[in-house]
Amino acid sequence: MTLSSDGLNKGTAAAHGLYNCHICGLLVRRPKIPASHVHCPRCGGRLHLRKPNSISRTWACVIAAMIFYIPANLLPVTVTTYLGRSQADTIMSGVIYFMKSGSWGIAGIIFVASIVVPIAKLMVLSGLMFSVQRRSRWRPLERAHLYRLTETIGRWSMLDVFVVTVLVALVRLGYLSTIEAGPGVVYFAAVVVLTMIAAMTFDPRLIWDALEKNDESITD
Amino acid sequence: MAMSQPLIACHDCDLLHQVKALPPKCTARCTRCGALLYVHAPDTLDRTLAIAITGLVLMLLANIYPFLSLESQGTILETTLITGVIILSQQSPLGLAILVLLTSMLVPCMFLFALLYTLGSMKIGKSLPARKRLFRIALTLRPWSMTEVFLLGILVSVVKLSKLASIIPGTALFAFLALVFVLAAINTTLDPHVIWEKMDP
Repeated sequence: MTLSSDGLNKGTAAAHGLYNCHICGLLVRRPKIPASHVHCPRCGGRLHLRKPNSISRTWACVIAAMIFYIPANLLPVTVTTYLGRSQADTIMSGVIYFMKSGSWGIAGIIFVASIVVPIAKLMVLSGLMFSVQRRSRWRPLERAHLYRLTETIGRWSMLDVFVVTVLVALVRLGYLSTIEAGPGVVYFAAVVVLTMIAAMTFDPRLIWDALEKNDESITD
Repeated sequence: MAMSQPLIACHDCDLLHQVKALPPKCTARCTRCGALLYVHAPDTLDRTLAIAITGLVLMLLANIYPFLSLESQGTILETTLITGVIILSQQSPLGLAILVLLTSMLVPCMFLFALLYTLGSMKIGKSLPARKRLFRIALTLRPWSMTEVFLLGILVSVVKLSKLASIIPGTALFAFLALVFVLAAINTTLDPHVIWEKMDP
């Protein structure tokens, strides 16, 4: 294969008929006879030009996460029993508790990790999916940056689940109070896992495919 | 079928690039979308292996010593790393406890074990069975290792409880703290491309 040496305008691996193994990065020439399953000769992973059914899988996860997001915020994540009195706390009331007690830093961290990040992630992924489905050529670099940001920060939403875990371990069967996990935390964990899977199934190469000259949908 | 590797395709946008030798502490990024292409990781095998062994020792320490203790009105309640998961499994659906167990302990543990097995087999020069599969699993599992998020969760909980009772940090907490740094260090020492090339017979 002859390629220009300036490192630019070489075209994509798919345009050259090459699979880019998503696990080990080996470039493998596409067989002439179409085969349903091609495996990487180096690491054994399944080879695809693009992630399979990327758009429908990502939409499925995004929509499911949007639905779970509602009970995650309405149902209590912790139930604190103090001297026989029970108090149920949702994610937002937990943030307000920290604000009232003056821990602004902690309130900010929880607000960003549990409320801003999941909403932003769902909005960004939906926007990216719309733009890819419309084969938009608008600002691909900015959209690629947005995607990478979503992929990086998504894990930090697990914060609230871990806070509940540590709280229930430390505050139990005491004279004064016990903290129990509420049903909201289950839905919230589902939102985090689903948005993480959504970010993994979305194929950022679809953003750039719309810019190719002879743009055909690359499917396998 | 496989091509010799002077070329690399961007993981995020599929653009082809030529692989060039990098100066120390440099990373190669895609010219079109800016995604990371490859890193300069000297002695990637030896360094990652050393760090993986350190990580496994820390993981052991984090699980056998007391993690956090809560002192309230003269009584001390001692917890270990696994306590939260056990209590959670009694109060919520089992899936939630399993998720916490996986992301805070099992996945980092499996990741380190898989690295030890794969890199160890390369170090001693024996082709142990299924090492490629294990390395592949290790790379796939990586995003689900969330020890650093768990550490922040501990910090938030301690601040929340600091007005009710005093929290005594245990040995395991410091081991866990060190483990977070060890797992982060693997990001800079491990270059999967080099490992795959060395493993390819």
